[in-house]
Amino acid sequence: MTGSRIRERREVLGLKQAALAKAIGISPAYLNLIEHNRRRIGGRVLNDLARALGVDPSALTEGAEEALLEQLAAVAAGPDGETAEAIRSDDLATRFPGWTRTVVAQARRIEALERTVATLSDRLTHDPFLSESLHDVLSTVSAIRSTASILVETPDIEPEWRDRFQRNVFEESARLAEGARTLVGYLDAGAAEDASVNSPQEELEAWLAARGHWIAPLEEGSTTPEDLLNAPDAPGSQSARTLAASYLRRYAAEARQMPEAAFRAAIEDLGNDPAALARQFDMPLSAVLRRMAVILGDDAGLVICDGSGTLTHRKPLAGFALPRFGAACPLWPLYRVLGRPSAPLRARIALAGRQRLEFIAYAVCDASQPRSFDATPVFEAVMLLLPAAAGPEPQGDPVGISCRICPRTSCAARREPALIADTV
Amino acid sequence: MTKKVLLIEDEPSIIQAISFILSRDGWTVDSHADGATAIEAVARKRPDVVVLDLMLPNRSGLDILTDLRANAETEALPVLMLTARGQKRDREMAERLGATLFMTKPFSNAEVLASVNALAGAA
Repeated sequence: MTGSRIRERREVLGLKQAALAKAIGISPAYLNLIEHNRRRIGGRVLNDLARALGVDPSALTEGAEEALLEQLAAVAAGPDGETAEAIRSDDLATRFPGWTRTVVAQARRIEALERTVATLSDRLTHDPFLSESLHDVLSTVSAIRSTASILVETPDIEPEWRDRFQRNVFEESARLAEGARTLVGYLDAGAAEDASVNSPQEELEAWLAARGHWIAPLEEGSTTPEDLLNAPDAPGSQSARTLAASYLRRYAAEARQMPEAAFRAAIEDLGNDPAALARQFDMPLSAVLRRMAVILGDDAGLVICDGSGTLTHRKPLAGFALPRFGAACPLWPLYRVLGRPSAPLRARIALAGRQRLEFIAYAVCDASQPRSFDATPVFEAVMLLLPAAAGPEPQGDPVGISCRICPRTSCAARREPALIADTV
Repeated sequence: MTKKVLLIEDEPSIIQAISFILSRDGWTVDSHADGATAIEAVARKRPDVVVLDLMLPNRSGLDILTDLRANAETEALPVLMLTARGQKRDREMAERLGATLFMTKPFSNAEVLASVNALAGAA
């Protein structure tokens, strides 16, 4: 960002790169790296450059915030993946921050609309109730049309047949009215749900985030998950409530088995050591990881995935972004334990990016207990994330968020090319 | 000798209406409402034409059609598929599995009559 501003200011003044470099006593090659944001500067070099360019140093360093750049990188990593100028996103955000925000907002809007279309399309194709209802309505219409046609077009119809067909028309029309009313009611309810562009999972996550992932009534044992879901502020869509019911039942059970006060005391005594806590409470590691994520609040993140690797629960942790869509980094310990059920893994990981943040990840994969022979086990992996104290040198295993926005170009686990370039 | 049509359909009003139309045109009409035993009904009634609904209780019309085409005695039996689902992929699936004709609900009586007669003539 700073480099882009220096270049822009130099070009406005009509200065050659070599001339500016010479003026402040650095090599043109070094200035070139600075201008392309490949070298961070501060102190004397920054002050000299600002003086040579006739501006205050703060004018070169303040500007488009990092968050805007990250959002722009996500836009560049859009569905077609062919944004050749992603490398210039710094320039765009620096020179035209207002337009950049508009681009980001438009991209989000498009994404939301695409998801709405996909949801509706999927519903028409796969919703068994809708399919059955439409079939029923059309069959009833067929019966009425065919019967009424016979009554109109057959003047010599026998009285017995006429009476039967008249009765059929009456009964089928009543059935049609009821079927149509049911269908309209169903579609109305669906329209209310579809007004939210979020998936049920996102709706639940937003509901949990609004409560800080802390469900006080369940901690106190003063209510049940069912009562919570019947409350006016429960998630709005039926699908999200179904997901919430499953989540809250498990939450309530684990809150009973590892009560807050006792769990906090154990953490105080044993530290953030999931294995020791599991022994103390005689609980599975996966349950302890989930409970730690709740008790530690903003100081812990949690990710859960199913056997396909699909993220089914995301509790973010500052500095560790979790992808909303698509697959995450295959190097996450979460995925490593999928291939080794019941063998927990602790790993220090270093997140790609300018800040090179490091985390401690605890992960374990459980298989559901089959209740019959030859049943297919269902796997679920859990990963708890805790911030790690930074050392002078990176120590953690390198990981990313997802390939598209990961700058580690030589990663062996890469699925597709990155759309951002960096010097990491 | 009159020709026989077997109507495999679970809607009583549709059965009565189609039976009436075809009977007045000289057809002997039998009906069967259960998908699970439809193949046995075809073997027992030995119809000249089958009118087969796609969505039936206990077994889909597409599965019944598959079995009919896999049996040497019924592989050439004319089958008119009826369905309330007029989606392209249903039609393509029915045609791929060997439906002779495909008609979507709501249909007209004249269409059904013309189709069954056409199938009988082609048989």
